[in-house]
This record gives sequence, structure tokens and C-alpha cells, in this order.
Amino acid sequence: MSLSLRNVRKSYGDVEVLHGVDLVGRDGEVLAVVGANGAGKSTLIRIFSGAHEMSSGEMRIDDEPVHLRSPHDAHERGIRTVYQELSIVPGLSVTENLLMGRFPRRRSGLIDWPAAHRKAKELLDAAGFGAIEPRTVAGRLTVARQQMVEIAKALAGEVRVLVLDEPSAVLAGSDLDALFDLIRRLKARGVLVVYVSHRLAEVMELADSIVVIKDGVIIETTEPSRTSEDELIRLMAGRRLEQIYPDRRDEPGETRLKVDSLSRQGEFSDVSFELRAGEIVGLFGLVGSGRSEMARCVFGAEPPTSGSGAFRSPADAISHGLALVTEDRKRTGLVGGMTVLDNIALATMRATTRGPLIDMPGRRERVAGMIDRLSIQPARCATMPVAALSGGNQQKAVLAKWLLAEPRVLILDEPTRGVDMATRVDIYRMIDALAREGLAVLLISSDLTEVLGATDRVLVMREGRLAGELRSEGTTEDEVLAHAIGVAA
Amino acid sequence: MSVNALPKISRDLLVTAAFGLLIVVMVVVAAVTTESFLTQANLTNLLKQMVTIGLLAYGMLVVILTGGIDLSVGSVVAFSGILTAGMVSSLPIPAAMAVGVVSGIGFGLVNGVLVARFGLAPFVVTLASLTTIRGLAFVYSEVPIAPEDPAFFTLGSAMAGPIPVSTLIMFAVFLVGGVFLTRTPAGRSIIAIGGNAETVRLAGINVRRHVVLAYTISGLCAGLAGVILASRVGIAQPSVGVAFELDAIAACVIGGASLAGGKGSVRATFGGVLVLVLINNLLNLYGVQSFWQQVLKGLIIIAVILAQRTNRVRA
Repeated sequence: MSLSLRNVRKSYGDVEVLHGVDLVGRDGEVLAVVGANGAGKSTLIRIFSGAHEMSSGEMRIDDEPVHLRSPHDAHERGIRTVYQELSIVPGLSVTENLLMGRFPRRRSGLIDWPAAHRKAKELLDAAGFGAIEPRTVAGRLTVARQQMVEIAKALAGEVRVLVLDEPSAVLAGSDLDALFDLIRRLKARGVLVVYVSHRLAEVMELADSIVVIKDGVIIETTEPSRTSEDELIRLMAGRRLEQIYPDRRDEPGETRLKVDSLSRQGEFSDVSFELRAGEIVGLFGLVGSGRSEMARCVFGAEPPTSGSGAFRSPADAISHGLALVTEDRKRTGLVGGMTVLDNIALATMRATTRGPLIDMPGRRERVAGMIDRLSIQPARCATMPVAALSGGNQQKAVLAKWLLAEPRVLILDEPTRGVDMATRVDIYRMIDALAREGLAVLLISSDLTEVLGATDRVLVMREGRLAGELRSEGTTEDEVLAHAIGVAA
Repeated sequence: MSVNALPKISRDLLVTAAFGLLIVVMVVVAAVTTESFLTQANLTNLLKQMVTIGLLAYGMLVVILTGGIDLSVGSVVAFSGILTAGMVSSLPIPAAMAVGVVSGIGFGLVNGVLVARFGLAPFVVTLASLTTIRGLAFVYSEVPIAPEDPAFFTLGSAMAGPIPVSTLIMFAVFLVGGVFLTRTPAGRSIIAIGGNAETVRLAGINVRRHVVLAYTISGLCAGLAGVILASRVGIAQPSVGVAFELDAIAACVIGGASLAGGKGSVRATFGGVLVLVLINNLLNLYGVQSFWQQVLKGLIIIAVILAQRTNRVRA
């Protein structure tokens, strides 16, 4: 079994985004696709999955030309795709999500629920996700578990090609191990796994071959043994990144935020820490450790049950110089239907009025300054709908919104999730520059390299409690992880 | 050059132009095919008829932008009208009218608090207030009230040159309302809430207060519309205004507002009002039977919305 693309082109309207892609994947292989945001990875995935038709070129399966007209076509041919954006229906059970449209029936025509749950359990077990109970309402599962359900769903029936789009973005620890195990087992069964990821360490570990896509063309086809992470970054960015993380900062200044024994029922308890001017503090924890919940509580989005240091409301937090860049920019960071301008100005509207009216020219000028400073692309995007920007640039727009508020304490929750390496480096440099100007930064991340590389010290949360505080300098990733999963002395 | 090849901005212009053209065509057709359209009496009548639906549509737009709906406005029209007419015997006329408007504000406030503070579904809350307020109007007076003081008719019938004063009031509401939605923090917040309330909340904006404000504005507009209508007709009836909310919603939707919230324009809603009023007027002039008028109005609304949708899909 093999899957190949020959001279595939794809245009949207007048704009061509893939300029003749050639690609070969063989059975029992993990084919990694890496590239910066906007390089064409998503378009490529949509062509594999049948969601979009190619404008010209050819796809062959086992040397036979195929023409995919719909996701259903691709499904019939054994090509399954798991997108980064989850498509779980939160109100339905895991079983219903897994078997949607093909429930086992009784002779009466009614759904045979015991059989359905059995079948769902089989699917989960086969994928190695047996810890998930089929009767659970899917929306109650953690994002990581929802992702696993999504993968298990894709594996139902005969699978020949599995396309995974950033599958590890929400996974950490044992969940990540389970995913890697699964990929290795699929490989052994002869499935071609197309693995799209920003996490180069994983790519180097898992992939048999790696293709680097940039500006709609494949610029390199290589193997882990013949390349390095630095080399891949250079290829993706088209320039050499001498240093991903800036140098560490000097001794921090006065205390900017003091949280004492803060608890919120069912989410986290007894959390105490301080943030000081001019330092970047990492906060690491596995999904479900309560780190985002704690940050939201400090910011006043949710009231604490006890303890001090949390603000009464987001407005209160903002007036005290706090800013919170949330994890899920679509749900909590941006207003998708509004322009880039409206979004960036959202948190500072009241401060920029003349009489009862918003100072429109002043506002436009400030936003333009921010677009320029963060080099948000395209440069003349102020009047574009924010949803038209690429993921990395949307993230920058969220940052811009908060930087306009001139915060003294900046909380960043997974600011680089789903962001390509070149943009990441931009973000690290910017955070570093802000800290050097005297900002206190809390960087929440489940990326171990980042949480150590970009920070001065690291707080680790486990099951709602602070499980340790480590100096970033000289600490290894294993040590951080050990605290996070509770095996550290 | 095809429509697709045009940059986005001018495509929007094209849609707006098409919309304007539709209105112009309707006016021209009316002027050419009927003798009575261009008469002073009919035009004045048209301008006056526009006031009620115009005021209701602006208030409705503000609520729709938050992602809500206000089904109670027709009942508020009846209540504020009959309350004002009833108060005329004991209060000076401006004060009686103020009481009517304030009753609308009060109902809007209650709707807003139920939606924002208690998290109830806007459809359900305002459906309940639709029937409650209608009931209250009948409780206040089962029979129509016709004040005898001629000063009661002034607001609804006075002219400022060729244009009725009430129409000028409605224009003013649209002008001020347009500035409110595009240029004030509260207006931008209301639109943003309909787009993504959680993002707005985390930006330090009090979402509940703005939702309450939106329903209160709708109540204010409906209260004002009720007072003006009673003054124009010269008699306040507890049964007036049934299904007015549907015309208001239709005007917003014809103007391209999304019932999911976050999207809608004051100018286009005004266009929607014009279209609806012109349809009514034209069908009247042609002497189309009123039941057929309802059928045709429904079909025309669907046609307009389909045309917009096709435009959007192509874009």
C-alpha cells in the first residue's frame, strides 16, 4: 500500500496556495509533515481527507489514480483524518460519538444500547485508550481524553492511512505515551501515518521520513537520522535561528502579584506563589492539574473558595495591571466576527474615549502601532475580520490586545500552542523584552522545553496543588515531569 | 469583471448599492404604476407608518446584536399607549407620555435582568413578557381609551414642514443609535458580546450590565413607539401591536443582521424598515386583499434574504 501525490496544486479563488506538491508515503511508515503556519500543511491535510479537491495534479493509492470528491470518498478508501479542532459533540456520550450513524440495531429497529457500549469499548481498547468509559458524556472528559475519543473514532473499520493534525497539542505525560504506542502499533499493522506537528522532538522520535513544506512547496524530504531539529527549524523558517530562547534575566525586582493559599472547590487548593517585576515564571502541569483554572481565578474570571490574591472580577484585575492571554483563543481570546482593529482595542475601549465617544483616529493609530510592533501579518490587516488571520497571527492579535492595556503582570496560558517555530521565537523574544522592561510574566505551558528554556523559575502543579518550585537553570525536563506526575522525592 | 474578482470592500458596496437600488425601484414602480403614491397624503402617511416599525426595529437590532431576541415589543406598544391615554385625565400630557415611555423602559429592564442575571433564554423570557404585558394592557383597560384633549394628538400628527415630527424623532433615534453602536464603548461591547461573550467578559467588560442595557433600549424604543402610535391614531387600544415584533425582526434580518448575534448594521436595518413599509404601502395602493398581503410579504422577505445569502456564498 502506498499513497502518492504528484504535482498537486490548489487554488482558492485567484490565490494558489500549493504549487505542485510531490509526496510519497509507504505502508507501515510514519510520514511527518512539518512547516510554519501558513506553509500549506492544512491545505494538504484537507486534500488527503477529501474535504477540498485539488485544483490539478494526481493522487494515487497503490499506483492507481484516485479522485477524492468528499470526506466520505476518503473514508471509503481507508483514509482517516483527525483534525486539530475537535469535532466531538459534547452533549452526547462517548459511545454515541464513536458510533454516530452506525449504531447496532435490534430487530425492532431500535438501537441496541448494550451492544453499542460493547462495541465502543472494543474500539477504545483497540486504540489503547481503555481508560475511557463509553457511557461518559463526552463534554465531561478532559480535552486530552476527547482527543483520544476522536482518534479511536477514526480507527473504526479498515484504516490504511491515518492523518493526524497536531495530535499532541493537548496531550502530555501518559496520554502522550499512549498516543505514541498507538502510532507504533498502527505502523506495525502496515498503516501509513501522516503526522503533522510543530513539536520537532516528537517528529524526530516517531518519523520514518520527514517532509518540510514552505510557501506551498516541499522544500526538503529527509529522515531523522540525516537531520536535526535545528536544521528543520532553519528549513521551516527559511533563516537560521541561532538561539531559540533569549538569555536569562537578572535578579527580579519588587513583588507584583502575591497569591496566598488560594483554593477553588474541585479545581485547585492551597496555591501560594509570588511574581516579581522582571522575571518570567513558568507554570507546568499536565492537563487537568488545575493550572489554567488557577490563572482564571487569580484574574477574577471565577471566584475562589478561600485564600487571597485573586481579583474580584476581570475588570478589577485589569485595573490593577493584570492581563490574561487565555489558552483557547477562539473561545476566550477573540471575537471571531469582528475586525482585527475591534479585537485589539477591546480591552482598552473605556480608557480611550473623548467624551462619550471612542477616539477613532487615536484608536486606529495605537492598533496600527501594535500590529507593526508584533509584526502581525498581513501588515494592513486592521479592517480584516480577525478570523481571516492565520493561527500564529491570531495569537499575536490577542497579545496585542493585552499589551495595549500596558499590564504590569502578564499571564500567558499556552501562548505557543499550535504556533510554528518561527513565530514562537518571536513570542519568546517579545516576552523577554517585556520582562526586561519590568513586567512580571507567568508562562503556563505543557511544553517542557519551553517551560524551562524561556523562564527563570518553574512552578509545577499536580492534581490542583503546587508540587514544586525549581530554578530553570540547570533543571532537566525529567525533573519537572517527575514533580508533575508525582514520582519526585 | 466578475463580482468575485472585486476586492472585498467594493463587493460590500455592491451589495449595499443593490439594496439601495431595490428601494429606488420599488419607489419608481409605485410612482409610475399608481396615481396615488406620489400624493402628499400618501407620502405623509408613509412617513408616519414608518415610525412604529422603525423604532421597534432599532431596539430589536440592539437586542439581536447581543445574540438575544425581544418578542415583547408589540405588547409594550399596547401597554405604554393605553397607560399614557389613561393618565391624560390626571396628568399634564407631556408627563403622561413620559410615564408611558418609562413603562417601556421598566419592562425592558425586567426582560434584561431575567436574561442577564438569571441566565434565562431570551426567547422564553420575552415570550412570557409578551403575554404578561398584553394581559396587563387589558387589565388596565378592557376598552379603548380616547382622550379628548387635542394636545394629545400633537406628537403623532404635528408636521415640521413636509415631514411629520414623529418621523423626525425616529430618524433621530437611528442617527443617535448608529453613533451609539459604532462609536461608544457600550455599543461596541454590545456587538462584541453577541460575537463572543466570554472573550468580552475576560476583557474586563461587564457583560450582564450591557445585556440589560440592550433590552432596556428595546423597551425604551417600544414605549416611545406605543405613545406615538396612540397619539397618531388618537385612540389607545389594548389590542394594538399584535405581531409588531415580527415586523421588527424581519426589518433587522432583511438588513442582514444575524440572529446568532454579533452581526448587523443600523443603516441596513433602516433599509429593511423602508423595504417593509414600501411593500405594505404598495400592496395597499394596488388594493391587494390583506390576507394576500401577508402571504406576499412573507415571500418577499424570503426572496430578499435568499438574495443576500447567495451574495455571501459567492463572497
